[in-house]
Amino acid sequence: MTTFTDPYSSSRETTEGTVFSVTGGDWNELVTEIGATKEERIVVNMGPQHPSTHGVLRLVLELEGETVTEVRCGIGYLHTGIEKNIEYRSWTQGVTFVTRMDYLSPLFNETAYCLATEKLLGITNDVPERASAIRVLMMELNRISSHMVALGTGALELGAITPMFFAFRERERVLDIFEMISGLRMNMAYIRPGGVQQDLPAGATQKIRETVKEMRKAFKDNSTLLIGNSIWMKRTEGIGYLDLAGCTTLGVTGPVLRATGLPWDLRKTQPYCGYENYDFDVVTTDTCDVYGRFLIRMNELEQSLRIIEQACDKIDKLAGAPVMVEDKKIAWPAQLAMGGDGLGNSLDHIREIMGTSMESLIHHFKLVTEGFRVPAGQVYAAIESPRGELGAHIVSDGGTRPYRMHFREPSFNNLQSTAAMCEGSMVADIIGAVASIDPVMGGVDR
Amino acid sequence: MFGTHGTGDTSGYGGLVRTPAATGSSERPYGSYFDDVADDLERAYPAFSDAIERVVVDRGELTLHVKREKLVEVSKILRDSLKFEMCMGVSGIHYPEQNGRELHAVYPLLSITNNRRIRLEVSVPDNDAHIPSVVEVWAGNNWHERETFDMFGIIFDGHPGLTRILMPDDWQGHPQRKDYALGGISVEYKGATIPAPSERRSYR
Repeated sequence: MTTFTDPYSSSRETTEGTVFSVTGGDWNELVTEIGATKEERIVVNMGPQHPSTHGVLRLVLELEGETVTEVRCGIGYLHTGIEKNIEYRSWTQGVTFVTRMDYLSPLFNETAYCLATEKLLGITNDVPERASAIRVLMMELNRISSHMVALGTGALELGAITPMFFAFRERERVLDIFEMISGLRMNMAYIRPGGVQQDLPAGATQKIRETVKEMRKAFKDNSTLLIGNSIWMKRTEGIGYLDLAGCTTLGVTGPVLRATGLPWDLRKTQPYCGYENYDFDVVTTDTCDVYGRFLIRMNELEQSLRIIEQACDKIDKLAGAPVMVEDKKIAWPAQLAMGGDGLGNSLDHIREIMGTSMESLIHHFKLVTEGFRVPAGQVYAAIESPRGELGAHIVSDGGTRPYRMHFREPSFNNLQSTAAMCEGSMVADIIGAVASIDPVMGGVDR
Repeated sequence: MFGTHGTGDTSGYGGLVRTPAATGSSERPYGSYFDDVADDLERAYPAFSDAIERVVVDRGELTLHVKREKLVEVSKILRDSLKFEMCMGVSGIHYPEQNGRELHAVYPLLSITNNRRIRLEVSVPDNDAHIPSVVEVWAGNNWHERETFDMFGIIFDGHPGLTRILMPDDWQGHPQRKDYALGGISVEYKGATIPAPSERRSYR
């Protein structure tokens, strides 16, 4: 047995057999050494620091030659205790936490949380129509930016670099819109219980309409590049197979479920935020494989653009309407305005609370520091995130803070299906299968 | 915030200790499709009144409080006869002041066939925190039950491999229980120790 002098790769004997640690170095030397062992069965630890595992996901693979016989996922590397922390914050502050769970779809986390909170408060029907339309607009923009990462990184992991450039170019346009509207590109805490944080800036819908036109043209770059591309087809067709029975028993939702041919989309089946008033189609394929999921994401982009256009029309029609519930005991008291140094309280509001009305000051102070009270009870609100059913289970004990909050994360649930999709396939196909689930570890571990 | 001890009161600056209202059973008619669900379940499962402790309809959602011994039986009937094909996981809740039923497990169910949602709730005492696993009914609950075990210490009997999932394997305690204080742990990296946030001067 050769002794490695390379500090990045070494081997040692254990009771389980020889353990090789490889973090770099000369690959040929390692292959020679592994080839010298008698056993065909190898256990490979892939991740949590691996460029193809979509973040800090650890996969433990048992291989016979190049065939994977067993897959186990190791998660928890990004556990941040958001569900615990939120029990120590007010209901409004909670938005700032949930937005950081699944960091690729922050607006969906915020919406699920706010819908659940509004259900607990019993103000679901009081949320202004304009606020709901803005929520829909933001969510669909977010769906595009999230699908863009799924498509871009998915292609990159299978060895195609150009689609990633195209995808991130389009994602950038969406993030610019987010920045224009909320001041932040991600984790914006823009959607708040009762409505949204602030109204759209002047000229926003016009800008969005122009961007939609550009994106509609630019999306063709990726579809002409990938759809029907023989290398892409060989890497994705028939890979990561999971049929309808597998999906239902594993609780899998989202594009993976729709790739089995079942048109299950909560926006259609259990509408929220007024989705029943928008005209769009639920995209399905019937191939149950990575290619089908890829096609669904590609085609959902166009459906999102359609919804965005309709939302813009609605928002224009409702010009001047409020974006927060009327109830002053819930609505955030601040009136925000853009100043020379960024977003802040409007001067009119400062003048009122500091100069004219002491009651306003007290009200502002109480609501911002202590927050509003939410009647006791528990609710579950589910929305269709880019990855599937995102559910917020929130329990209140009548206080100013959530008593318990749990997010049913689609990434967390769907990642369980890795074993069902990958066992019996080649090592290289695991990458494609995991990418087609599109797990975001921030959401998985919370 | 950090390092709350004693009552674990997090009500805010009012300093008020609240006890969650224990809602009683709802009266018929429940409204919406809930009456149909209850009727169908009673028909398919004769031991309904024995297994279901309470039926609660609140904020347009139906909750069936199930005795833990009957959970798997009821789950199978709900899946096979009432077509609740999907279980969207399990969420634990810790109510330290509810004597004899401190730990609750909540299962949101979804029926794709009928486009319906209901919720099952099971409560167990803290000193005997065992609930039968429903992984044999809905395989997708595997990780969810591991998470609830990890966070609340509820032991799901019959689970194929009940180990911690988010916290490290050698972690002490179950972080989302109310008697587990919010705070940090010190981090040791390359010989230097960084104190936990709760131990830093600015927070004390």
